Amino acid sequence: MPKNTQYVDYQHFLEQHIDSEKIVCYNKSIMERTGENMKAFLILEDGTVFEGIHIGADKQVISEIVFNTSMAGYLEVLTDPSYAGQAVCMTYPLIGNYGVCKEDMESRRIWPDAFIVRELSRTASNFRSDMTIQELLIQYDVPGIAGIDTRALTKILRQKGTMNGCITTDESYNLNELLPKLKAYTTGKVVEKVTCREKYIVKGSKSLSENGPISGSARYTGEKEMRPSLVKQLNGLGKKVALLDFGAKDNIARSLAQRGCDVTVYPAITPASEIIADAPDGIMLSNGPGDPKECTSIIAEIRKLYESDIPIFGICLGHQLMALATGADTFKMKYGHRGGNHPVKDLATGKVYISSQNHGYVVDMDKLDRDVATPAFVNVNDGTCEGLAYTGKNIFTVQYHPEACAGPQDSGYLFDRFIQMMEEK
Amino acid sequence: MPKNPNVKRVMVIGSGPIVIGQAAEFDYAGTQACRSLKEEGCEVILVNSNPATIMTDKEIADKVYIEPLTVDVLKQIIIKEKPDSLLPNMGGQAGLNLGMELDESGFLKEHGVTLLGTTAETIRNAEGRQEFKDLMERIGEPCAPSLLVENIEDGVNFAKEIGYPVVLRPAYTLGGSGGGIAHNQAEIEDILEKGLRLSRVGQVLVERCISGWKEIEYEVMRDSAGNCITVCNMENLDPVGVHTGDSIVVAPSQTLSDKEYQMLRTSALNIIDELGITGGCNVQFALHPTSFEYCVIEVNPRVSRSSALASKATGYPIAKVAAKIALGYTLDEIPNAITGKTFASFEPTLDYCVVKVPRLPFDKFITAKRTLTTQMKATGEVMSICNSFEGGLMKALRSLEQHVDCLRSYDFSDLTKDELRKRLTVVDDQRIFVIAEAIRKGISYDEIHEITMVDHWFIDKIAILTEMEQALIDGPLTAELLREAKRLEFTDDIISRFTGKPASEIKAMRMENGITAAYKMVDTCAAEFEAATPYYYSVYGGENEAKETHDRKKVLVLGSGPIRIGQGIEFDFCSVHATWAFSKAGFETIIVNNNPETVSTDFDIADKLYFEPLTPEDVENIVNIEKPDGAVVQFGGQTAIKLTEALMEMGVPILGTKAEDVDAAEDRELFDRILQETEIPRAAGGTVFTAEEAKEVANRLGYPVLVRPSYVLGGQGMQIAICDEEIEEFMAVINRYAQDHPILVDKYLQGKELEVDAVCDGTDILIPGIMEHIERTGVHSGDSISVYPAPTVSEHIKETIAEYTRRLAKALHVKGLINIQFIAVGEEIYVIEVNPRSSRTVPYISKVTGIPIVDLATEVILGKKIRDLGYEPGLQPEAGYYAIKMPVFSFEKIRGAEISLGPEMKSTGECLGISKSFNEALYKAFIGAGIDLPKHKQVIITVKDADKGEAIEIGRRFEKLGYTIYATRSTANTLKEAGVKVRKVNKISQESPTVMDLLLGHKIDLVIDTPTQGRDKSRDGFLIRRTAIETGVHCLTSLDTANALLTSLEHAKDEALTLVDIASL
Repeated sequence: MPKNTQYVDYQHFLEQHIDSEKIVCYNKSIMERTGENMKAFLILEDGTVFEGIHIGADKQVISEIVFNTSMAGYLEVLTDPSYAGQAVCMTYPLIGNYGVCKEDMESRRIWPDAFIVRELSRTASNFRSDMTIQELLIQYDVPGIAGIDTRALTKILRQKGTMNGCITTDESYNLNELLPKLKAYTTGKVVEKVTCREKYIVKGSKSLSENGPISGSARYTGEKEMRPSLVKQLNGLGKKVALLDFGAKDNIARSLAQRGCDVTVYPAITPASEIIADAPDGIMLSNGPGDPKECTSIIAEIRKLYESDIPIFGICLGHQLMALATGADTFKMKYGHRGGNHPVKDLATGKVYISSQNHGYVVDMDKLDRDVATPAFVNVNDGTCEGLAYTGKNIFTVQYHPEACAGPQDSGYLFDRFIQMMEEK
Repeated sequence: MPKNPNVKRVMVIGSGPIVIGQAAEFDYAGTQACRSLKEEGCEVILVNSNPATIMTDKEIADKVYIEPLTVDVLKQIIIKEKPDSLLPNMGGQAGLNLGMELDESGFLKEHGVTLLGTTAETIRNAEGRQEFKDLMERIGEPCAPSLLVENIEDGVNFAKEIGYPVVLRPAYTLGGSGGGIAHNQAEIEDILEKGLRLSRVGQVLVERCISGWKEIEYEVMRDSAGNCITVCNMENLDPVGVHTGDSIVVAPSQTLSDKEYQMLRTSALNIIDELGITGGCNVQFALHPTSFEYCVIEVNPRVSRSSALASKATGYPIAKVAAKIALGYTLDEIPNAITGKTFASFEPTLDYCVVKVPRLPFDKFITAKRTLTTQMKATGEVMSICNSFEGGLMKALRSLEQHVDCLRSYDFSDLTKDELRKRLTVVDDQRIFVIAEAIRKGISYDEIHEITMVDHWFIDKIAILTEMEQALIDGPLTAELLREAKRLEFTDDIISRFTGKPASEIKAMRMENGITAAYKMVDTCAAEFEAATPYYYSVYGGENEAKETHDRKKVLVLGSGPIRIGQGIEFDFCSVHATWAFSKAGFETIIVNNNPETVSTDFDIADKLYFEPLTPEDVENIVNIEKPDGAVVQFGGQTAIKLTEALMEMGVPILGTKAEDVDAAEDRELFDRILQETEIPRAAGGTVFTAEEAKEVANRLGYPVLVRPSYVLGGQGMQIAICDEEIEEFMAVINRYAQDHPILVDKYLQGKELEVDAVCDGTDILIPGIMEHIERTGVHSGDSISVYPAPTVSEHIKETIAEYTRRLAKALHVKGLINIQFIAVGEEIYVIEVNPRSSRTVPYISKVTGIPIVDLATEVILGKKIRDLGYEPGLQPEAGYYAIKMPVFSFEKIRGAEISLGPEMKSTGECLGISKSFNEALYKAFIGAGIDLPKHKQVIITVKDADKGEAIEIGRRFEKLGYTIYATRSTANTLKEAGVKVRKVNKISQESPTVMDLLLGHKIDLVIDTPTQGRDKSRDGFLIRRTAIETGVHCLTSLDTANALLTSLEHAKDEALTLVDIASL
């Protein structure tokens, strides 16, 4: 692999943090076969029980059950820190087909408490594949369940709303004992769990070639090549960006670094004063897990950043936190938006983009103080808030994921808009 | 953006006759588009030469012209109807090319007609090879290195430069006609020569061979505001090298990581945006299997076969949305009809796996090469939906109705490992069966992949199926194993074969253990939103979503499965009309079908759609859930008829003609008794099972005899035998598959063939009209030119036919439709066959007589009387028009296929010529079929001895028209003796220049070659006919057709054709 500054730096950081459990190989031939598998159960707080096959680590978990409708990109979903505290059900039934391409991981480990699938492929078929999903789950001690009717589960969540559940291999579970425990579960202050422990730097690319080939120009050379990038110009060259990591997906830093920005990643609890003192050209508020209202101290710091006059771009949780910091409200959606097919309308241009989304909370547009912020993007399906423009400020935030991974890359232009904002400042 | 108020009268161009590469999908798209336009208050003027389509119904369009699709005709219609807009991208390549020609000539501008949807410039950029390459280069999207050549020499030189193998793609042809992969100079010369001629612009693209790469397609939509979405992506199991129409295709892609998926998606959106397409578009990619390198293969700026597949696979109605976009709407303004809640500006997400398998015509053309190339050969396709690939593949295989239902259906077990390795290099329709055997014999995935380039994931899935086969063979059959086998969609029949237990026992074991099919919904959104449209597929294991409904009486309408020669789009027309008629009568309608190209599988035709195989077990599962009040089988061709017995066993009442009466028409002995009772003569004959018996019957009757299996459509396996050897040959062909029913051997009578479709209510009959075939008996009715009203028979014959029809319909207790074929020998009428069901000619006769036969038949089935429906029973008065149905063939697509006409049907489609005058109708029909003479005024005539006499008159007529006649020795002598000027030309086996050189010289308009008997491939005649077809020269094998063509040529005038609006008949 050719040298790529930002990537190597980060990779080095990650390697120190990767949990060093042994990879357990399982007997592939018995996966998804009859009779010989350990049973597993998914028990929902409404008392519904799904019986399936146990996959991944052998342990019982209680978590919030959510579904994701992406047809590809299960690894990006698994490694998205925003899923911390949740168990993810993939609505697409065939998972693991192309195995695990470790370079596609969006963070240092996998985060969901459990993984719920219809069928796990017994082969991992892709030239980049390093291991199977089963191996990955075991490596990170994450349990899961396969062979259940994921569509039926999705329908329940759609009708009744997101709920908690338990995954267990214990056939003698006691519903009466379990249900109160399920109801009591909350994701809690999960941002603290996922944020980086210390500040680190992702260096910006000095030339386009460091990013790997521009998509479309890749040529087969007989060796394992770098992933292609979409970036066609280094418009962020020399810009310093502070990225607040509330559970950031790697591609946020990478998207900026590939445009030339030097990105300093800060732990979530970093005081605003420290960031302002570092004099960044712009501040990026990342995505992250959980209820934004749990992040009281972070919200207070963001308020200070709001007042700093430094251009700010917020994504997902970052978007919600900025809203809360400036007096707006958020609420929990019935079952959220998780997938790669959500239409978002840019109110400035009227254009519709298909976006990658992962959120259970949303900013309440009805309670928005239009003097502070106005809606900039809305969801075409349900009209919910997908982005805000802050009045009189160099601040804009979006609910969805311009960094994609998994999902459509249509909104990458927002990073350019952010760079433009820094440029004009 | 709201609807453009200037669009009020829209002309829509259809795709013409069904040919390989352009099938029912355009009727589906066109119908959806027309309905969408009408919904928006537009007046629709429709032009399509194909009478079997639903789009040419007066319910679908306001003005319907079933006229030849030529620029001249379209111009005339534009002048007459004064449309303000033209929608050219619903009629496939044929429609698009016509729209382009009209635009390029400035005609549209002159007449104030706006091209809706994509602009002409966009089409040029997408379709012109060089323009497209330049554009891709400009936006940094890679294409394989290529060069557009206009002569063979340039092609050969470029191939030398980039290295063999190279792919050759002629510009502006459909289904990749004339293309191929060349591995050396001889091959490139051969393919280029043909491709250059077939290309509308005489250009062929020579490009780097990317065969073996993954073939991935994206269906993309874009509106005029520049909003882009992808409806679906699809992955071909067969890597690049096999036309996607002939490939097994899955949706969504299975082996792409998100990085690859999104890379290609972004590329597709960039391309459609740069092209400025408004509407639907298909982008095909080749992706290197072990890198991120990809190439854009091609872009189709219109609805296509793939877009029909994507629509059915996702529930997203591409053609409907494309039509709305053409009217000016943006994607976020168009509601998603499936959910009713979301909008067209989203991307469908699937929570199932879709498998498409092509229906290839090698069972029809047994001499043809089975090899699959970049030249499409499939006549149709089936689609299946399941929550696993294995299940999807198993369902799709049994949907084909080609004697396959599992991966052991083609037996390669006697091949050794080495033989299998060799066999794996052959790319044909049996490849997955060979892969399965290779897995069974222990050839490694890696090795199979290296040879076939099929992805490991697919190989593993095939392995899972072979492991299940073995597990069933090894036994014991536990409930768990059975559950897993059903999850993989092994039918009870297959399980029975592998376990040796009777199917009934398997079924009982299933019921005992609660192993039953559940139905899931196709909802575009993976259950994220509630869906309003009940569109179902089955799975084993899981919650059943099919809601039981009991508010109205329910009818099950069984569709006709994949489009194949002999059972085409006509039966979909009938199924759809019957569904509508039942709906109108207050029934809840349920369609079961597996063909993604058809109107019947559109989500809003029936109240419920089950996208399922049409086998007894699959239908029974639906019946168990729906408990319909009745099923109707007479509209779905042989596919539906074959299910009659099974439905009765399930206790489902058959609406209309009873099963035993259907049997009586097919069963020789029963039918003979009925003929005796009704005093209707037929050709003498007998039923046999073996060749010995057949020979005995034949000798008793005296040759020639007609040999055919019963219970088939399209005369499959039907032959005229003149000697014992031929009987042996034909019987061997028929008995390749075990026959459930006896084989019929009849005395061959030569005469005029006549045909009727009638509706019978049990008492009275309604005969809309009598059709007469131009070709004498011996040519399958589907391949004959059919004329309504019958022009050359006496009143006496017509009356006799009406009387016989009445007697037969009554004797068979027909309730609904009946189709009867007769022979007239002099004034004597014999019956050939009776089909108590809908037929191929129903749409055509309905349209030209204005009598809605299917609707009437449905009313009759429901108990109404013909008299109550406002019709006087009996033979209806003849219309004031001649309507001539002309068969259309796709012989050029099937290498090695015998083209001569006979009792077995070979045509893929048809077109209509309609006019007040017989000669003009005939002329229109020929033009519509693409036989537009003359160009060079040169004809080759070579006929068998028996035809020599008739050939003289034909020669004379051509001579009079100023043609130069070439003939081989004996034909030439005959003509010369009769005083016809003729040039003698050598046979192929003789020294050069021969008839072959003449054909290759491209100066010939027409070949008339009547074949000697038998299927001998090596004969001169076969080579002449194949060469003619492959060099694009029309070839007639029946003197009757030749005479008709002459009549048409003799009366052809330069003046404009008269136009007939079918909707106003």
